[in-house]
Amino acid sequence: MKDWRYWLAEQRGTLLALGIFVAMFAIYSANHPAGFTANVVQTAANKGVLLAFVAMAQTLVVITAGIDLSVGMIFTLTNCLASWLVIGTGLETAFGVIAVLGTGLVCGAINGAIVIYGRLQPIVATIATGAVYFGLALLLRPFPGGSVNEDLADALTGRLFGLVPASLVALAVVVLIVWVPFSRSELGRAAYAAGSSETAAYMSGVPIRRGKFVAYTLAGLLAAIGGLFLTFFTYTGDAAYASGNAYTLFSIAAVVLGGVSLFGGKGSALGAIFGALAFRTIGDLLFVFDLDPLWQPLFQGVILLIAVSLGAFALFRVRNRLEWFL
Amino acid sequence: MSDTTLIGGIAGRMPKFLRRADPAVVTAFACIVLLLLVGSLYSRSFLSPEYLLQQLKVASFLGVIATGMMLVILLGQIDLSVPWSVAVGAMMACAAAAYGPLGSVLAIPFGIVCGIAIGVVNGIGVAYLRIPSMIITLATNAVAQGLMVVYTGGFSPQDSATPAMRYLATGFAIPAVPNAVIIWALIGAAMVFLLTRTGFGRAVYGIGNRERAAYLSGIDTRRVVMVAFAVSGGLSAFGGVLLAGYASKAAQSMGDAYLLPSIAAVVLGGTSILGGRGSYLGTVAGVILITLLQSILSVMQMPEAGRQIVYGVVIVVMLLLYGRAPASR
Repeated sequence: MKDWRYWLAEQRGTLLALGIFVAMFAIYSANHPAGFTANVVQTAANKGVLLAFVAMAQTLVVITAGIDLSVGMIFTLTNCLASWLVIGTGLETAFGVIAVLGTGLVCGAINGAIVIYGRLQPIVATIATGAVYFGLALLLRPFPGGSVNEDLADALTGRLFGLVPASLVALAVVVLIVWVPFSRSELGRAAYAAGSSETAAYMSGVPIRRGKFVAYTLAGLLAAIGGLFLTFFTYTGDAAYASGNAYTLFSIAAVVLGGVSLFGGKGSALGAIFGALAFRTIGDLLFVFDLDPLWQPLFQGVILLIAVSLGAFALFRVRNRLEWFL
Repeated sequence: MSDTTLIGGIAGRMPKFLRRADPAVVTAFACIVLLLLVGSLYSRSFLSPEYLLQQLKVASFLGVIATGMMLVILLGQIDLSVPWSVAVGAMMACAAAAYGPLGSVLAIPFGIVCGIAIGVVNGIGVAYLRIPSMIITLATNAVAQGLMVVYTGGFSPQDSATPAMRYLATGFAIPAVPNAVIIWALIGAAMVFLLTRTGFGRAVYGIGNRERAAYLSGIDTRRVVMVAFAVSGGLSAFGGVLLAGYASKAAQSMGDAYLLPSIAAVVLGGTSILGGRGSYLGTVAGVILITLLQSILSVMQMPEAGRQIVYGVVIVVMLLLYGRAPASR
C-alpha cells in the first residue's frame, strides 16, 4: 500500500467525523434564519468549543483504554474556581488563569495516580473522584454567581479581524500546544500502546505507567481549559450537577462519534473535536427547524443511540464468532 | 496483594460458609460496626432499634436497585441507565395510576415493565450488537430522559402514587418491620437463589470470568447477558416505584442520587468491577454501609458539598484497602 492509503486508513474515523460535521453544519446554516454569517458561526463555535475541550480530555484517557467519568466535574469545579480567581488587574487575572489550569492538572493527576498507582478500575475511581470534585465545586459556589475579567472573556469569545471566532483559534492553539506534542512524544506512544495491548507494551519495555499518568493529567488540564471557557461565556460560576454530568456523557458521545475506540489505542483528539462539534450541531438542528425545545433531550438521546449502534456494522465482517468476545 | 488473589483462588474450592469469609465482606461489615460506633458518639438514639430499622428501610430502596446492578457487574458490564430507569419506573407507575381503578391495579407492573423495556434495549445493544455497556446504557439513559421530559413537559408530574405503592414502601405487614425491608429481603433471597442454585447464576459467573470460554462450553451467553440487563432495568424501575410510594409522587431527577451509590455499594461489597467474582452478602454490606454513611453525614449536619467529598473519599479509600487489581505481571 502507498503511504497515503495507510494515512487514510488511520484517519478514517477522524475524516468521517469531519464529514458528518460539515454535512450537519451545512444543513444547520442553510436553514438558519440568519444564514451563514459570522455571527451564526461565532455562536455555534462558542457552544461547540466547550464540548470540544471536554471531549479532547476524554480522548486522552480513552486512548489508554480507560475512561474518565469525572471530566464533567473537573469542568464544573474549574468553572467555579475561575469565577473567583480570574478577575482584577492583568497580573491577577493571569495568576487566576494559571491557578485554574493548575487545579485541572492536579485533579487529572489525582485520577491518574489512583487509577495507575492505586490500581483501581477507572470507572469506579473516576466516579468517586468526580463526587469529590463536585463537592469542592459546591463549596466554592453554593449558589451560582461570581464574575470574570470581562475584557479577557470578550476577547476570547469574540471574533478576530471581525471574521474568525476567537474560541476556535484558542481551540487550535490548544491542539497545537497540548495534543500534537503529546501524541508525537514517547509518552504519547506509550499511552497508545498501553491502550492497544497493555501486556505487549509492558513486555516491550514501553513506559506505560508514565504514559497513562501523563494522559490522565493532561485530561484534567484540558477539562480545566473547558471550564475556563465556560466562565468566559457565562461570566459566572455555577456548580450544577446536571450540567457536569451532561458534559461527561456528551464527551463520551463525541469521542465515539469522532472514531476513537473505547477499547483504547485508536483514534485522535482531532476526531473527538469534530465529533463534539458535530454532536452540538445536531443538537441545535431542532432550533433551526422550529421544533419545541422540549424535544431536544430526546433528539440528542436518539442521535447518541444511533451513533453508538453504527459501530455494530463491524459485526457483519466478523467471520469467526469467537471474535465477538474480545 | 498476592494473598488476596490466593484467598480468592482457594475460596472457589471452599464450602460456602468459608467462602463467605471474603476479606472484602469482612472489611465492609467491620466498617459498618465502626460507623455505628462513631454515630453513637454523636447521638444516643443512634443505636436504638427504631433508628436502625428506619435506616434499614431507607437502605432497602438502594438495596433493590443495587441487586440489579450487581447482576450486571458480575457479568463484567455496567448499567449507567439506572437514574432514568428509576425515574421511568416511578413516573410510569404514577401515570398509570391516573387511569381509573384498572390503572391503579396495573400501576406497579406497568412501571416495572417500562424498566424491563429499557433493560432489554440495553441487553440487545450489549449482547447482540456488542456495544460497550457503558456507552449503550448512557445512550438509553439519555433517551429515557428525553422521553420523560417530553411526557412531563419538563416539570415534575402531578400524578400521585397509588395506595398499593405507598403500602409497599411505608406500610407494616408484620408489626415493626417495614414492608420495604421485607421486599428487599425477598428480592435478595431470590437473587441468592438465582446466583448460587441455578444454571443461570452459574452462567453469569462464567461469563463474568471469560465470556469466550462460557460460549464455547455451550452457554447462550448473549441471552444470559440480555436477561441480566432486563432484570437490572426491572429492578431499577421497581426501586423507582417504591421510592414514588415513599414520597407519594415521582420527580424529575429522583434517580440521579442512586447511580453512584448503587455502583459503590456493589463494589464496596467486594464484587469485582471486572466481573465474575462477588457475593450478595457483600452487596448487602455495601448497601448498609453507604446508607449509614449518608445518615451519619446528615446527622452531623454536614452540607451537601461536604457529603459529596466525604463520600467520594471513603469510596476511594475503601477500594484502595481491598479493591486493587493485581500488579502488572
